[in-house]
Amino acid sequence: MQNNAYVYILVMALATWFMRVAASLIMKRPIRNTFLQSFLYYVPYVTLAVMTFPAIVEATQSPVAGAAALIIGILAAWFGASLFKVAVLCCATVFILEFFL
Amino acid sequence: MKGNREIFAEGYKNGIPIGLGYFAVAFSLGIAARDYGFTAVQGFLASLLTYASAGQYMGFALYATNATLIELIVLTFIINARYLLMGFALNQRMPEGTPLSRRILVGSCITDEIFGITIARPGIPTPYYTFGALIAAVPLWALGTALGISLGNILPARIVSALSVALFGMFLAVIIPPARKDKAVGAAVLVSFACSLAAVKLPYISDLSQGNRTIILTVLISALFAVLFPRTDKTEGGESDAE
Repeated sequence: MQNNAYVYILVMALATWFMRVAASLIMKRPIRNTFLQSFLYYVPYVTLAVMTFPAIVEATQSPVAGAAALIIGILAAWFGASLFKVAVLCCATVFILEFFL
Repeated sequence: MKGNREIFAEGYKNGIPIGLGYFAVAFSLGIAARDYGFTAVQGFLASLLTYASAGQYMGFALYATNATLIELIVLTFIINARYLLMGFALNQRMPEGTPLSRRILVGSCITDEIFGITIARPGIPTPYYTFGALIAAVPLWALGTALGISLGNILPARIVSALSVALFGMFLAVIIPPARKDKAVGAAVLVSFACSLAAVKLPYISDLSQGNRTIILTVLISALFAVLFPRTDKTEGGESDAE
């Protein structure tokens, strides 16, 4: 029997939402344990770094353009460009480079 | 002290570039969703309610293979496990006595990008900020999905290619400034880049889904750094820790 698409969508949405709020349901106060505290301190940076590379190189038509966007993005962020500026610079890098590559 | 309305506006403003990046990614998600048999209305609804890129892609694929709802639930939990970790990281920054409703509202807004900008923002995570970003970004995500389904591949590939790095640019803007300030974070970022590249190339590990690779590497590398470079300050989630 074919599943109902709307039931499927609703279940997918609820299951995803549950993962988002599960920690909120459990935690009542900041964790004091030094290891867990340190672990959670590093989690965001590690997750985002893992998701960024090498995915950024694979996302573009030309891997060279993706790699260039990575380098430009790192430099711009290093020197304090805002979220929006870094994003736009990365896009512009790819857009311009892919004229030539 | 900023008012809630201003904080919402700040979130909304920061959510717009996220939404533009989402739009491009959602467009390609929509193209896939059409192949899996979804209509534009269904795709719009799915994206509006779920707002999870990899998770949705998997969900659409499961629907096409007629998987059971139990399989859908279990695999959705696994592929979105990083949201669980992100939820813990956000709640870690909320002081004791934060109402459950506030914790749930902040948690409900978690996407990779909104989590990123919320963590980057000094002070205690607030639902006004996260909802500002969510309300700016998610409609574009849903619209992109619907247009991808109904119009197919109409955007020139070069434009899609350029837009697809917007999200990664935002990630860099979140992780690089703290990496400059804190050498341990910088080292963690470099190790993450290296391990992530290795995980894509190595046999067996590369067979795992990207979501699973992300969570395994996140747990291992964060645990390693927690052991090597523990953080002892007790002000986490405090007034104005400018991390």
